[in-house]
Amino acid sequence: MSDQQIGYAALLKRRHRISTCFEWTCRVATVSALLFLAALLAGVIWQAWGWLDLQFLTGFDSRRPGKAGLLAGLWGTSWLIFFTAIFTVPMGVGAAIYLEEYATDSRFTRLIKLNLSNLAGVPSIVYGMLGVTAFVRMFGMISAADGWTMALSLGFGTLEIPLPLGRCLLAGSFTLSLLILPVVIIASQEALRAVPPSIRHASYALGATEWQTIRHQVLPAAIPGIATGIILALSRAMGETAPLIVVGAMSYVAFAPGNLDTPMAAVQDPQRVLDAPFDVFTSITIQITNWIEQPKEEFQNLAAAGSLVLLILLVIFNATAIVIRNRAQKKISW
Amino acid sequence: MNSTPTVLPTNAIDQNEELRVDVTKADTTSARDEPGDAAMATARPTVSATSSVDATHAVKIRAKNVDFYYGDNQVLFDVSLDIPEKSVTALIGPSGCGKSTFLRMLNRMNDIIDGTRHTGDVLLEGSDVYDPAVDVVLLRKRVGMVFQKSTPFPKSIFDNIAYGPKVAGLRNNAKLTEIVETSLKRAALWDEVKDRLNSSAMSLSGGQQQRLCIARTLATDPDVILMDEPASALDPKSTARVEDLIFELKKNYTIVIVTHNMQQAARVSQQTAFFFQGVLVETGDTRALFTNPTEKQTEDYITGRFG
Repeated sequence: MSDQQIGYAALLKRRHRISTCFEWTCRVATVSALLFLAALLAGVIWQAWGWLDLQFLTGFDSRRPGKAGLLAGLWGTSWLIFFTAIFTVPMGVGAAIYLEEYATDSRFTRLIKLNLSNLAGVPSIVYGMLGVTAFVRMFGMISAADGWTMALSLGFGTLEIPLPLGRCLLAGSFTLSLLILPVVIIASQEALRAVPPSIRHASYALGATEWQTIRHQVLPAAIPGIATGIILALSRAMGETAPLIVVGAMSYVAFAPGNLDTPMAAVQDPQRVLDAPFDVFTSITIQITNWIEQPKEEFQNLAAAGSLVLLILLVIFNATAIVIRNRAQKKISW
Repeated sequence: MNSTPTVLPTNAIDQNEELRVDVTKADTTSARDEPGDAAMATARPTVSATSSVDATHAVKIRAKNVDFYYGDNQVLFDVSLDIPEKSVTALIGPSGCGKSTFLRMLNRMNDIIDGTRHTGDVLLEGSDVYDPAVDVVLLRKRVGMVFQKSTPFPKSIFDNIAYGPKVAGLRNNAKLTEIVETSLKRAALWDEVKDRLNSSAMSLSGGQQQRLCIARTLATDPDVILMDEPASALDPKSTARVEDLIFELKKNYTIVIVTHNMQQAARVSQQTAFFFQGVLVETGDTRALFTNPTEKQTEDYITGRFG
């Protein structure tokens, strides 16, 4: 063996050692992350054990821990997410389609795209401040003192819109929409970009208009990615607390928005559905925050039970996103 | 200098000759005068004035002094070319010579790319396709296109073919079924797929996918079919089938084909245009151009000295 070969062999051993070291570092990182997560989950389940029962899910909040329930938060969060989705989906997907399919690459569109990624990173409490100014107070255009109510008769009930909106559920939904819009737009843009340009060209070459190309070729291929992005963004909105506190969610509410505490009530008294968006509200996260602040020990168990409910909802949401994605991948292969 | 290029199989020329005679006979009656022809005859002569295009074939597409730019980068320089109807015109030349760009100008597919511009005119039956009044959707229905990479939509075979007529507004199912059948028959694909029209187009082989794309183009009932290296990604057998198909199609359609394969150009086309670095170097009757090129660059290219 020449000197050079001996040097190579020695170095080779060292190179393999470094490689193994790195692999183990990564493994430790993964395992410790999982350990923390497992500890957290175990702690929550341990604390919530025995508290997460039917009474907890169907009862309203109470001063007495034994009688307190999450129903107001469950309804509040459901309404919030429902309206957030209604505002976010058309605006987010529409903006993404415009930016990807129609807008030419100008300085203006580049500025928008740059700002979108910046907006996605803005702390949620800042959106809360924006929500208070824009929706709760409506920029002070109408002072709260001489606020008035716009009434719209709809046959089965009257839609009463307070101006300014005030601390109502709808203001919370608008704020959450602002918060997740950048995320939805960016995710949708990526999904649209993943559709091969050749498909668009083939469609144009067959005499399709831009809308027909988007409707029949681009959107069907991009919808799984868009849906995944929307669901993940909504689950982020579901877990938000800070902006809702700023916008004025109530920490103690013993009724559902619009007094609509069972789905049946919506059929029996449609007026309640119309009242719900403009009612005061709370959310699962706000209730959890409130319970944590209570001095009585039992409220900590309630907070854990609330967290567990929120976690389960998030897991369901994310699982749906994964199912949608996998189904679509099977159906479409380029 | 004028020796027959070795790349050209002699039988290809013979075959070509036979076919041209055929077409001439078939088309004498159908050849019609262009509305703008008289006016154009007085226009300044173009490069193509030197080409020996069959007299029975009226000019379908006329490019006049076309320059084309991607941003500041000029890729076509003063290209003028007449494309006769119901025949095959091959655009040949090395990579990046502008032949595909020229092809894509004919149905304005370059419009999709940001930052492109052009000067000069492209006339389809005498009217400018770049006229602001022209509806590009209608233009692309008249001037269909088949791409290098087959691009079936991730839908059924039936839906792929029916897409063009459907977006044009045809809703009648019986009529759609009829169009699908005729288009697939014309593209010589019917026998292979007639029993599985509802299965995914993605399940077809590469050659079948490309014939599907041709059938899809035929379904929109175009006058002109542009083909951008339609056989370059196919095996020799599939290539032969696509070439046979092009032979058949030129009876009814004006075909412009971009190809890297000079044997292919010689086999399928009646007119050939040689592009080099954005300039249309030479154009003429395919047989003449391959056997007796007038330009040194053309000869060097077709004899394989570069490119």
